[in-house]
Amino acid sequence: MNEPFLLSSLRVGESACVSGLEMYGPMRRRLLDIGLTEGTPVTCLLRSPFGDPSAYEVRGAVFALRQEDSRQVRMVRRGVSWG
Amino acid sequence: MTGGRVIALAGNPNVGKSTLFNRLTGLHQHTGNWPGKTVSNASGRFSFHGESYLLVDLPGTYSLMAHSAEEEAARDFLCFGNPDACIVVCDATCLERNLNLVMQVHELIPRTVICLNLMDEAKRRGIQVSPQQLEKSLGVPVIPVTARSGDGVETLLAILERVCQEPEPEHWEAPCPEAAKRAAAIVEPVLYAQGVPLPRWTAMRLLEGDRSLRHAIQEQWGAGGIPVEHALSLARRELERGGIFPEELPDQNVACLAEAAVQACGKAVQGGGPSERAKRLDRILTGKWTGIPLMLLLLAAIFWITITGANIPSQWLSEGLFFLGEKMSEGLLWLGTPVWLEELLIMGIWRVLAWVVSVMLPPMTIFFPLFTLLEDLGYLPRIAFTLDRCFQKAHACGKQALTMCMGLGCNAVGVTGCRIIDSPRERLIAILTNSFMPCNGRFPTLITLIGLFFAVGTGASGSILSALLLTAALLLSVGMTFLVSRLLSHTVLRGEASSFTLELPPFRRPQVGQILVRSVLDRTLFVLGRAVSVAAPAGLVIWLMANLTIDGQTILALCAGALDPFGRLLGMDGVILLAFILGFPANEIVIPIIVMAYMAQGHLTELDLPALGQLFRENGWTWLTALCTMLFSLMHWPCSTTCLTIKKESGSWKWTALSIILPVICGVLVCLTVASAVRLITNWL
Repeated sequence: MNEPFLLSSLRVGESACVSGLEMYGPMRRRLLDIGLTEGTPVTCLLRSPFGDPSAYEVRGAVFALRQEDSRQVRMVRRGVSWG
Repeated sequence: MTGGRVIALAGNPNVGKSTLFNRLTGLHQHTGNWPGKTVSNASGRFSFHGESYLLVDLPGTYSLMAHSAEEEAARDFLCFGNPDACIVVCDATCLERNLNLVMQVHELIPRTVICLNLMDEAKRRGIQVSPQQLEKSLGVPVIPVTARSGDGVETLLAILERVCQEPEPEHWEAPCPEAAKRAAAIVEPVLYAQGVPLPRWTAMRLLEGDRSLRHAIQEQWGAGGIPVEHALSLARRELERGGIFPEELPDQNVACLAEAAVQACGKAVQGGGPSERAKRLDRILTGKWTGIPLMLLLLAAIFWITITGANIPSQWLSEGLFFLGEKMSEGLLWLGTPVWLEELLIMGIWRVLAWVVSVMLPPMTIFFPLFTLLEDLGYLPRIAFTLDRCFQKAHACGKQALTMCMGLGCNAVGVTGCRIIDSPRERLIAILTNSFMPCNGRFPTLITLIGLFFAVGTGASGSILSALLLTAALLLSVGMTFLVSRLLSHTVLRGEASSFTLELPPFRRPQVGQILVRSVLDRTLFVLGRAVSVAAPAGLVIWLMANLTIDGQTILALCAGALDPFGRLLGMDGVILLAFILGFPANEIVIPIIVMAYMAQGHLTELDLPALGQLFRENGWTWLTALCTMLFSLMHWPCSTTCLTIKKESGSWKWTALSIILPVICGVLVCLTVASAVRLITNWL
């Protein structure tokens, strides 16, 4: 049960860990800066009334991401070891 | 910057930087619970133990890696502004995320002090933070503070003073992979020889491929060129030998910082994350079936309180100010002032001023504290979250919702606020459409017209209907904003929606007392300032126009007559159109001008609502006239201040012209359609 999947398919209430980012440039850097580094646990908290964007809990803070972007974050179910 | 120490104030967005800034400097920067309030470097002075300090408030950023204008501004000030020390404000309720910036700043500024803000919130939510542990892990002073109440600020200043007096500590090196350390060591001496300050830090950023920094050091010190390029290529080879591809370096460095942050927090913090209660509240506020109804209900409720609450003070102010005017007029005549001058001063200037103050002041001093409460609570980002899909469809940025909320206060402020949007294309869209949101000066016009023509009758039913109609007007504004934004992204500002992250900050208990006092005072000063600077001169101009004659006709009548055919086509009349034109300096004076023009003698006398309604009806107003005037009030040129701000923010007269033309076209089309349709139907019936 450690198949990679995308952050966009995380359902409200579910948690998983980041396994990698598939975008480049400023957005990659921004996501890293807010703490979406490899192994970070992420919980999907909310979905907007129109279905997009969704809000995720990352390191104690809550961020909204559009599906366009969350589709480029790879996740795994269980934690990846650090390092 | 003469004398005194220069202190930078850094921090993530929405951690209470502005609150601390205001507390230290005594200035009144607008604060609110949403990311990105500080959109430019503000600075202010304070003194402590006889020493003078200049505090520079940097924009809130998560990082200094310069991928937005704000981050670049913050980084450039820390790198090149040569501050003596830096206070990094951290949110004690989600510390881990804050430490990324802390460490980046600490790398640049050895005299870094951490201000651990929102300690009261952390305590309330059962999060335990140990400043001592954190201080040990990070190697910089950590001072727990509650900026809102001022707890700990004294200690913060004492520590800051001590840090400034002591010799500068050694430069701290951020954790990074071993290979990166070796690679940076190759570039460092070359930069050092070229006179670049912070050579190790700069070397690492250049290795990470930071282009804006490369430009910056070239401009500042003429550094760069072949020696640096050569060292960089050697360093890249060193990196690869260590198993790191150069393009992976930024990730690896950030991961190291993140790891260090986890380590530091592991020891110093217990508990955290949004509480169950906050999560539940969020699920309701942004829920599929509850989010939008609640949003509308909240707005309608605010409008209702505003309309009901403003009635009586409006009447008092009006009676009081007109009474004062009469007394002054008697006084002037007694002093032997010529009648024409007395009339100009009292009938012209004073009465327009009195009217603007009495009609504008009460609703604004009620609406704004209420709206600020929502803002302080953290509700505005939830609105942006709820509505984002619509902005996505318009290929615009979700943060535009925040700038629209600011526009409700003042479009000029909303336009400046558009700096929180990173993409230049999306920022322009937000700037060009901001004036579709009814501002400060237009709400009272809407409220007055609704009260006169649509929600007649006092009592609860009348005021509830008024509130609902006002909400409907706002919905129309929002709808038009979406429509025009969409139009822009498919024509002159073509492009796809770009990526963005929107932080939903923790709900905070609003400081009710402070907000009420602060925002009532601020609004009062704002409205009074506008009244004096705009309404008074406008009163003068209108009085002159109404009293100077050409061929037996007043200039006012001539102008209104010339505009009349076009005005009628739009469902209004020449006087109303002229009022909108003369109201260019400020929307507040539109109704006073209309009233003044209708009064044959060319000045205002005391008017209550029924008398006003009668005056309008005598001059041919029907509900259609009122409707078209309201629509045109929502959609016409932005006021002069907003136009100038748009020029400043967009940097071009071309965009400014478009920002004027767009709402005018919309207003003309909508009014024309509505007026024609209604006339057609009534004729047919």
